[in-house]
Amino acid sequence: MPVQALPELASVPWRQPTDARWLRRWARIWHAWTLLYTVPFICAGVGMIWLEPLATPVALAALAHAWIIPELYAFRGASVVRPKRPRANGGEAPAFPGEPVAQGLLGDLLGHEERELQRDTGLALQHGELGVWLLGEGGALLVSPGGRRVHCFCVQAVDRDLPPSDRIAHLLLALRVDEEGFATVANHAFAGAPWRVARRLPRRMRPALDAARRAAG
Amino acid sequence: MDGTGHTTLAEWSVEDDAAFEAAVREFAGQQELGYIGTVPDRPGKAKHVRELPRDADMVILRRPIAGG
Repeated sequence: MPVQALPELASVPWRQPTDARWLRRWARIWHAWTLLYTVPFICAGVGMIWLEPLATPVALAALAHAWIIPELYAFRGASVVRPKRPRANGGEAPAFPGEPVAQGLLGDLLGHEERELQRDTGLALQHGELGVWLLGEGGALLVSPGGRRVHCFCVQAVDRDLPPSDRIAHLLLALRVDEEGFATVANHAFAGAPWRVARRLPRRMRPALDAARRAAG
Repeated sequence: MDGTGHTTLAEWSVEDDAAFEAAVREFAGQQELGYIGTVPDRPGKAKHVRELPRDADMVILRRPIAGG
């Protein structure tokens, strides 16, 4: 009766399974891509200063591009776990009245340390075969074994009216059923060094990434 | 949702056929609403079930997930 494959995989039949090999390949691609759009700006900036010191302002703009573009990609990656607010009706976003109670279900699914970490940071830590996961209400971070690479995934429970903790609980249950299926259904948004993602995480969430790196190392 | 964050939809025991049949009907109704049956397994693991397992201690219904 139990079926281990995630049923949601039926909605993405064209995707390759996101296994450890797939993740390593995408980490290398993201690394190469980062070098590809960073190194030319650095070379141009340095070259301009070397050839004509008066071109320093333009060179600084090129160097700024070399800094800003990777930061924007890292921001995109970190944004997957940023708290999602309900769509407001013109005014300030309303709070989730069911959230304190929803913490009960999520708390029951987590161990003591993970529960404390989730309450402090908003992210639920889960050990897996692919690495150590951090689940937020609208996305997940995967710290690869060794702790030197973070993959960022956009993934969420389809019911947008759920309180944040319920949304995390539903993701956690899906992850526990089929880790590779979970990663396959999710949209891969970014891969890079943990420090790049940590800089763009809300301050409250950073200890969770530190804990995941320690657990993955 | 009750004060613990859970909503109990049905309770059954291995011996109680009537309660189990009622739970099966409730489970099927929730599946039609799009919920997916999940049975917590060993620590950090869970199983997806299409039919209500009579001997399970607890079955949790979750919403489907999708890439954002």
